[in-house]
Amino acid sequence: MEKSIAELRETFKTGGTKSISWRKSQLKALLQLINQNEDSIFKALDQDLGKSPVESYRDEVGVLKKSVTYTLSCLEKWVAPKKAEVPLLFFPAKAEVMPQPLGVVLIFSSWNFPFTLALDPLIGAISAGNTVLLKPSDLAPACMSFLVETIPKYLDNKAVKVLAGGADIGERLLQLKWDKIFFTGSPRVGRLVMAAAAKHLTPVTLELGGKSPAIVDTLSTTPSKAKVTAKRIVGGKWGPCTGQACIAIDYVLVEEKLASTLIELLKKTIKRFYGENIKSLKNISRIVNKHQFQRLVNLLKDPDVADSIVYGGSVDEEKLVIEPTILLDPPLDSEIMSEEIFGPLLPIITLKNVEESIDFINSKSNPLVIYAFTEDETFKKRILSETSSGTVTFNDSMVQFLCDSLPFGGVGQSGFGRYHGKYSFDTFSHEKSILHRGFYPEIEPRYPPWTDFKLLFLKLAYQFDYFGLILLLLGFKRS
Amino acid sequence: MTSEVENKPVICTESAKELVKELRASFATGKTKSYEWRLTQLNAMVKMMEEKEPQIVAALHDDLSKPELESSIYEIAMLKNSCRLAVKNMKHWMMPEKAKTSLVTFPSSAEIVSEPLGVVLVISAWNYPFLLSLDPIVGAIAAGNAIVLKPSEIAPATSLLLARLVAEYLDSSCIKVVEGAVPETAALLEQKWDKILYTGNGRVARIVMAAAAKHLTPVVMELGGKCPVIVDSDINLQVATRRIIAGKWGCNNGQACISPDYIITMKDYAQKLIDSFKCELERFYGKNPLESKDLSRIVNSNHFARLSKLLDEDKVSSKIVHGGERDKENLKITPTILLDVPRDSLIMNEEIFGPLLPVFLVDKVEDSFDVINSGTKPLAAYLFTNKKKLKEKFVATVSAGGLVINDTTVHLAEPTLPFGGVGDSGMGAYHGKFSFDAFSHKKAVLYRGFACDAFVRYPPYTRGKLGLLRALFDGSILGIIRALLGWSKA
Repeated sequence: MEKSIAELRETFKTGGTKSISWRKSQLKALLQLINQNEDSIFKALDQDLGKSPVESYRDEVGVLKKSVTYTLSCLEKWVAPKKAEVPLLFFPAKAEVMPQPLGVVLIFSSWNFPFTLALDPLIGAISAGNTVLLKPSDLAPACMSFLVETIPKYLDNKAVKVLAGGADIGERLLQLKWDKIFFTGSPRVGRLVMAAAAKHLTPVTLELGGKSPAIVDTLSTTPSKAKVTAKRIVGGKWGPCTGQACIAIDYVLVEEKLASTLIELLKKTIKRFYGENIKSLKNISRIVNKHQFQRLVNLLKDPDVADSIVYGGSVDEEKLVIEPTILLDPPLDSEIMSEEIFGPLLPIITLKNVEESIDFINSKSNPLVIYAFTEDETFKKRILSETSSGTVTFNDSMVQFLCDSLPFGGVGQSGFGRYHGKYSFDTFSHEKSILHRGFYPEIEPRYPPWTDFKLLFLKLAYQFDYFGLILLLLGFKRS
Repeated sequence: MTSEVENKPVICTESAKELVKELRASFATGKTKSYEWRLTQLNAMVKMMEEKEPQIVAALHDDLSKPELESSIYEIAMLKNSCRLAVKNMKHWMMPEKAKTSLVTFPSSAEIVSEPLGVVLVISAWNYPFLLSLDPIVGAIAAGNAIVLKPSEIAPATSLLLARLVAEYLDSSCIKVVEGAVPETAALLEQKWDKILYTGNGRVARIVMAAAAKHLTPVVMELGGKCPVIVDSDINLQVATRRIIAGKWGCNNGQACISPDYIITMKDYAQKLIDSFKCELERFYGKNPLESKDLSRIVNSNHFARLSKLLDEDKVSSKIVHGGERDKENLKITPTILLDVPRDSLIMNEEIFGPLLPVFLVDKVEDSFDVINSGTKPLAAYLFTNKKKLKEKFVATVSAGGLVINDTTVHLAEPTLPFGGVGDSGMGAYHGKFSFDAFSHKKAVLYRGFACDAFVRYPPYTRGKLGLLRALFDGSILGIIRALLGWSKA
C-alpha cells in the first residue's frame, strides 16, 4: 500500500497530471470505460443491490456520462486563471487566481451508489490534475471488484489506483498523509476520517446524510398535482436504491386532515410502481446486506412503531427484501424518528398546520436536503430563510442531484464541502493567488524611518483617497 | 488561569456550554440574519476604530512594541478597509446567485442562497492581535453569524482591550470575547461550533481540527510556513532590497506569517545582495537598530530564547554577516542576515518568525524551485526577477498560498485575492468576499413545477424508458424524439 502511494506521489511530482491533455485523455478513457462496460455495470449493480438497468442508468451510468461530458466541455475554462481587480494604488500590477491540483488525493465511496459515488468524485480529482487513490466500499463487492479490475485497463495506472478491502484497509489509509480526502458515508465514520485528517492537516470534504424531510402542502390543490406529488414522493423514497440514499426522502410532514388522502395516493402509486405485495415486488432494489436488513427490521420491532404501520411491513430475510412500508405518526422519540432510516420505511408525521414543519425540521440536525411540495410563495420563502439544509428542492425529489450548476453537499451534521460540475473541480483544487508587480513607481512612504508625513500618506493610500494623496503631495494637506 | 491584571471570569467547560447555548438562542431569534443588524455591527466597528485608535496603538505597543505606523496602517487601516468593503458590498453578497439548469431537469429554475452557518468561533494569533481577531469577525458578521472570539493570551493588553471594546461597541448578545489561555481554549473547543477559523501554528491547528472533527465542524486554518524569496540578478536591486526589508523587518520585525523567511539567490550574486541589505537597513533603522523605534520587539522571552537557539546552532552562528546583536532584557534582536546556511540547519527547517534572514545559495536561479518544493508548502512565496520565463516557471511550479512577483506581502491588502494556505500552511481562505463565503453556507435551491412530469423516471422500468433516459441524459432533442418514436435502441 505504501508503495502505491509513493508511486502516486512520484507521478504527481513529475507534473504529468497537470497537463490538460493528460486530464482530457483520462476523462475520455473513463467515458469509454462506462460506454464499453454498461452491461457489466448493470450486472454488478443487480448483483449487489438488485437494481434494474433503468434505475442503474438513471442514477449511475447516465449521471456519470453526463458528468464526464460536461467536465470535458468546460475543463479549459475552469483551468484558466481568473483575473482579479487591482486598485490604482498598486499600479502597475496584475492579480490573478490560478487553480492548482492539491496533489495526491484519497476518495472513499459508499455502497449505495457504488459507481456514481466513486467515479463522480474521481472525475473532479482528475479534472483538477491530481493523482488519486480510490477506495470503493466492500459492502458492494461486485461493483468494487469491477472497479478494481476495470479501471487499470482504461486509466493511467501510475496516477489512478483502486484499492479493494474493508474497514481495516480504510483505517490504514487514514494513517497516511494525503493532500485531500473526499469521503461519502455516515457521520460516525465522517468523524473518524476528519480526526485522522487532522493529524496531517489534510483538508476534507464530507458528504454525509441525515433525515431529509418532505413537506407536503399540495394535496388540496388539483387532483393532478396531488397525483404528481405522490409520484414524486414515491419516486424519491423507494426509487433510489429502495430508500438507501443520502438524498432519499426520510420522512414526510403533512397536515392532519390530509394524511389519509396522502396515504391513499401513496398506496396506489406504490402498487402501480412496485407491485401489489411483497411476493410480486418488482422495479425496486433490495437491502444491501443482512446487517442493514436487521437494522431496518429492528426499527419496526418497537410495538408502538409496529402499531403505526398503515401499509406494508412484510419482510423476506432470504431475499433481503422489505416491501415499501408506510407508518403514520410513529412515536417521535422512537429510533425510526431519530436515526436516519436509509431504507424503505416511510414515516408520515401529521401536524395541525403545515407551517409547523419548520419548527419540526429545526428540532433535528441539518439534513442534506429539504423537499417541499407547496405552491405557497410565502411558505417557500419561510422554508428557505428559517431552515438550514444542504439543498432545498421545491415540488420534486432527487432531481437536484442532476444539476451540474448546483453545489451538492451538506451543512452541519450532513457534512461540509460540495461537488458536482465545477464544484468538483474546485473541491480538488487549490486556488493560488498571484500578484505581479513592477519595480516602478516606488512608494517611498512604505519604508522607515517613520514620520508623520508617511503615516498620513499611508492612511490616505489605504482609504484609496487619491485626491487626498495628491493634496498631501502638493503640500496642501498637513499631517 | 486567571489574569494577573484583574479578576476575570475563568471559562470552564460548563460555562463554555452555557455561552454557546446563549449564542444559539440569540442566533435562533434571527437577529443576526437581518441586513440592518449586520450593517450596524460593521459601522460600529469602524466607529470603534475611529474613536479608540490611540488606545489600540497603545495596547499594541504594550504587547509588541509595535511602531505606531505599523499599528495604524497594518492593523487599524486594514481592518477599516475590510469593514468598509463589507458594508459597501454586503447587500450584493447576500443576494442569491442564479444557477443555470439544463434539459435534464426542464422545466426548473435554480439558485444558490447564502445563509449564515450559525455560531462560529474565531481563535486569533498574537502577532497582529487586533487585525487577526477582528478581520475574520467582519466576515462572520457580514455573513450573519453569532460569534465568539478567543484572542491570544500572548498579547494580553490587546486581548483585554478587545474584550472591552467588543462589549462596548458591538452587540454582546451575539458577539462575545473569551479571554484566556490553553484551558479556556480547550473548554471552548469541546463545544459544538458551526465553523472555526483558527490563525496560528501547525501544532495547535492539529488540536483544533481534531476537536472540530468530533462535531463535524468545518474549519479554516490560517497557518504559516517558510516563505521563501528568490532573488534573481539583473533587477533593480535597491527596490528589491527595500521591499524585502519592508516585508521582513517592517512587518512586526519578521513575526508575521507572510514575512519573507529566507532568501535564495545565486552564489555570485550573494555579496551584492548583502551589501545592498546593509545599506538599506542602515538607512531605515540607523546605525544602532537596537535603539530604533521603528522595529517591533520580540514578543516574549520564550520566542526570544527560540530565536537565540536558531542563531547559536554550531553550523549557523559562524554564518552571521550582519547584525546578530541581542538585548535580552528588552527582548530585542537586531536585523540579522546569515549567509550560506546549511540546508539541514534548524534555521532552514523551522519557521523563523523573527528578524533573522538566512540567505541560501544556489548555482543557478532555476535550482531555487527544487529547494522550495523540498519543504512544506508555504503561505507565500516571492520572486524578484525581470525574466518572463522565470516568472512563468515560478507560477507554475511553486505551490504556496499566494505568490507575489517583485514585491513582498502586499497581496494581503488585495481583497480580490483569496488569502489562505495550502498543505501545511493551511486550508480555506478569507479577505473580501472570501470572508463572507467562509462563514456562509451556500444552499442549493431547485424550483420545479408540476407540468411535464417525466414518466421516464418512474417504474415500471421498461427498455423503452431506458432508451429515452439515454437520450435525455445526452441532451439531444433529436435523440429524445427518436426514442419517443421507438426508433432508438434501449
